[in-house]
Amino acid sequence: MARRVAIIGTGQTHHRSQRRDVNGREMIHEAVQRALADCELTMRDIDAVVIGNMDHFEAINSVDTWSVEGSGGVMKPIMKVTTGGTTGTSVAIAAYYHVASGMFDKVLAIGWEKNSESDTTGAIVTCSDPIWDRYSYSGAIPSLATEASAYMEKYGATQRDAARVALRERTHAQNNPYAHMHGRPLTLDEILDSPMLAYPIKLGDICPRTDGAAAVVFAAEDVAEKLAPRPAWIKATAVRHTYSWFGDVDQRTGLESLERAAREAYAAAGIKNPAEDFDVAELYLPYSYAGLKWIESLGFCGPGQGPQFIWDGHTDMGGKIPVNPSGGVMSTNCIGATALLRVAEAAIQVMGKGGARQVPDVKTALATGFGGCWWSDVVILGKEKPA
Amino acid sequence: MSAPELLTMTSPDVGMPYEWSIGIYGSKFFQEIRAHQRFVGIRCPQCGKVRVPPRRVCGTCFRELDELVPLPPTGTIIAFTIVNYPFIDPATGLERPVPYTYGYIQLDGADNIFSHIINETDETRIKVGMRVRAVFKPAAEMQGNIQDIRHFEIIEVKHGE
Amino acid sequence: MEKIAIVGAAQTKYESRKADQTFYDMVFDVTTAALEDAGLTLADIDNIITVSNDFLDGRTISSMAVGEAAGAHDKNISTVEGDGTFGAFYGAMRVLGGFRSTLVVAHSKGSEGNPQFISNAMFDPIYHRPLGLDTTSAAALQANAYLTRYGITEEQCAQVAVKNHGNARHNPLAHQPLEISVEEVLRSPKVADPLKLLDCSPVSDGAAALIIGNEEIARKAKTKPAWVKGVAHCAEEYFLGDRDLANPKALRDAAKRAYQMAGIRDPRREIDVAEVYDAFSYMEPLWLEGLGLCDPGQGGQLTESGLTAMNGALPVNPSGGVLSAHALLVAGLARLIEASLQIRGEAGAHQIPGVKTALAHGTHGPCGQSHCIWILGES
Repeated sequence: MARRVAIIGTGQTHHRSQRRDVNGREMIHEAVQRALADCELTMRDIDAVVIGNMDHFEAINSVDTWSVEGSGGVMKPIMKVTTGGTTGTSVAIAAYYHVASGMFDKVLAIGWEKNSESDTTGAIVTCSDPIWDRYSYSGAIPSLATEASAYMEKYGATQRDAARVALRERTHAQNNPYAHMHGRPLTLDEILDSPMLAYPIKLGDICPRTDGAAAVVFAAEDVAEKLAPRPAWIKATAVRHTYSWFGDVDQRTGLESLERAAREAYAAAGIKNPAEDFDVAELYLPYSYAGLKWIESLGFCGPGQGPQFIWDGHTDMGGKIPVNPSGGVMSTNCIGATALLRVAEAAIQVMGKGGARQVPDVKTALATGFGGCWWSDVVILGKEKPA
Repeated sequence: MSAPELLTMTSPDVGMPYEWSIGIYGSKFFQEIRAHQRFVGIRCPQCGKVRVPPRRVCGTCFRELDELVPLPPTGTIIAFTIVNYPFIDPATGLERPVPYTYGYIQLDGADNIFSHIINETDETRIKVGMRVRAVFKPAAEMQGNIQDIRHFEIIEVKHGE
Repeated sequence: MEKIAIVGAAQTKYESRKADQTFYDMVFDVTTAALEDAGLTLADIDNIITVSNDFLDGRTISSMAVGEAAGAHDKNISTVEGDGTFGAFYGAMRVLGGFRSTLVVAHSKGSEGNPQFISNAMFDPIYHRPLGLDTTSAAALQANAYLTRYGITEEQCAQVAVKNHGNARHNPLAHQPLEISVEEVLRSPKVADPLKLLDCSPVSDGAAALIIGNEEIARKAKTKPAWVKGVAHCAEEYFLGDRDLANPKALRDAAKRAYQMAGIRDPRREIDVAEVYDAFSYMEPLWLEGLGLCDPGQGGQLTESGLTAMNGALPVNPSGGVLSAHALLVAGLARLIEASLQIRGEAGAHQIPGVKTALAHGTHGPCGQSHCIWILGES
């Protein structure tokens, strides 16, 4: 029987395009210290560490062993979990099982990346199969562009609809002092006028590359209730890494992995009407068109209704289901940390620690991860202790 | 106090050579290109889907496959994009020349998508749904890899056809 | 702790070059073979853990290549990068945390990349990588530190190589079964002082899978379950200069906690067989010291005295160990599988009679920075 698990503390760096003032270990340490301070623990209290990133961005083989002085893992159980873009949610879910299993009471989950240390696209290209795809593949952007063009073709969505999503993310980021794009607002016209990278994706439609780290403390029921005034309980986690081959994914349907993961997680957490039942969502939206299509896969609205749902303001602050009060992936993208930041930000909302980006009275929050071969992870957090 | 000078270190420009196995059906795929200038997919007897490149397992049915299916060198554009931004190509260590067009192509007779390069970079002349044909290297220059297919070209459709 | 067990397993043969097989092929083969061994189908498997490394595979998100071959199409899956014992540890936690079963699969092909480049990349890029440090030269440093500290001789290390390669002659999956003498080991080409070629494990291609289940799955499987009695892992400092290389303190800590969980008070007496990560011959005695199976400095005498031989009181690496087959990441999972086969009484020609408690050990990081210990039992 799994134990109940809650998040009791989070920490993150002030995300930047380049952190020359710290090496990777030191940057990780910043996030760890902030997470520990958030729940008033010291490293001595932590029973185990789970860490993740993507090897080829910094060209460090076995980051778990390399990072112990920064992660706090000296003389503790450490483990590296890595699954591409979903790394952060994979790390969070691994930390959840560390505690749910009864093996550990207080576990630190860490995601990080110093994307400034290599050519990000050059490193991502090597995720494609060396025999089949690497010759023609050119990283995440064209791959996403194929999805966007298929969605536009099917439902008549426009570049302006996508820009409205980008505008929301950038506007929200102005409330988040940690966001890479904090202090750099954009207008709808500026987004629409930004240079075309790979049709239909413009510079303003895509996530940045960021140096940053995130750390989250997971705790067992009795510990969580003792230490945190309002723990963020894990109500459900679900994972679907459905495909191994890029060519097997049908871009003309919804995001299949997300539909399947959401279905499983919603059933476990008793979510029936997601747009009503969730008070806030932190979604891994690496580009603007995902903000149209994937909210359909999550059941916020019907197929093809994404653009209208966005223009109606339902996902803005003050809307029916605010999406990405943090500014999301399009405002901060330190890849190994990105999905963990979604979980951390959802927990912050449940714990009521969001400051200027806080959505009032959050009872249930959704976090997602995306990566690999169109893979999806779903994590549901809540204020009420799960049954 | 003045800001400290912060140093970085650049890695030496060393390649990390690998020798990847292609496997039995993947090898057949390239051999078929050389011998017959056509493709080969693999059919799952359970779900009936034909997938390319051919592989040993149907992931959906978790079933081992062995029925190879010849496929013509023609197909339809499902999606495409014209890449305009520079990046370091890990295959060469150099910037890949842009623009170039990355295409999702459904080969005739296949149920999934094959990706390769399409030799059309003018966005007014390329559309989803267009028919394309593979252009192969001369057999004598083929090396048994994905570049034995030079690119796909759009099949001109005469007005009224 | 709820009861969980290893209920099925499979390994490929370990070879220097499996030219005809992709990662996908190897993973599919051991996945289906492990299911067959357990008498289970994919429907009995709730989730999957794959173990892979982007540097080894030459591919970012190396897990992408094998998910489908491991049967993960519509299942929860995650990936541990590190030795397979750590992947199995996560698999065990997922069973304790609510799943009925986890399939854990690891693969690597040392033949496809450049082992020096890959292992050099484990060292600090600023301070150590430019010096050319790799796992072999780092191990040579550790061997020197250990041999000098306790006056352990190169002959004693050579005896380990002779024993383990000899044991491998009874293991049809081993890469290097050899009938060699101590003299031959000592005279083999010097790789990095004090390590000679025959003190070093080969670089192998291979894959392995095992299935961890709860009691329900253990009842359903056709195999005799190898119950998990204790499991723990621990890491020490990263920089070699920050560590006492002759004193594996993280291993001591992990062993202590695993023994505690398993209720083992006197490991030397209570453990019937051990499979340890002997990537180099000196590692076997050093790890046996860390495991508390002898006093510090006494490891060198264990082979000489015959204690760790197949017919000794504490047989170590009856499979031939890592010295006889070293597919990175897979090697620790292979130790765990071998321990489970010893409990099942199905280790074939290298079966030790009457095994009730077996120990398996994996390491990760340079010079055994991180260790994972498993204690398996028949009840």
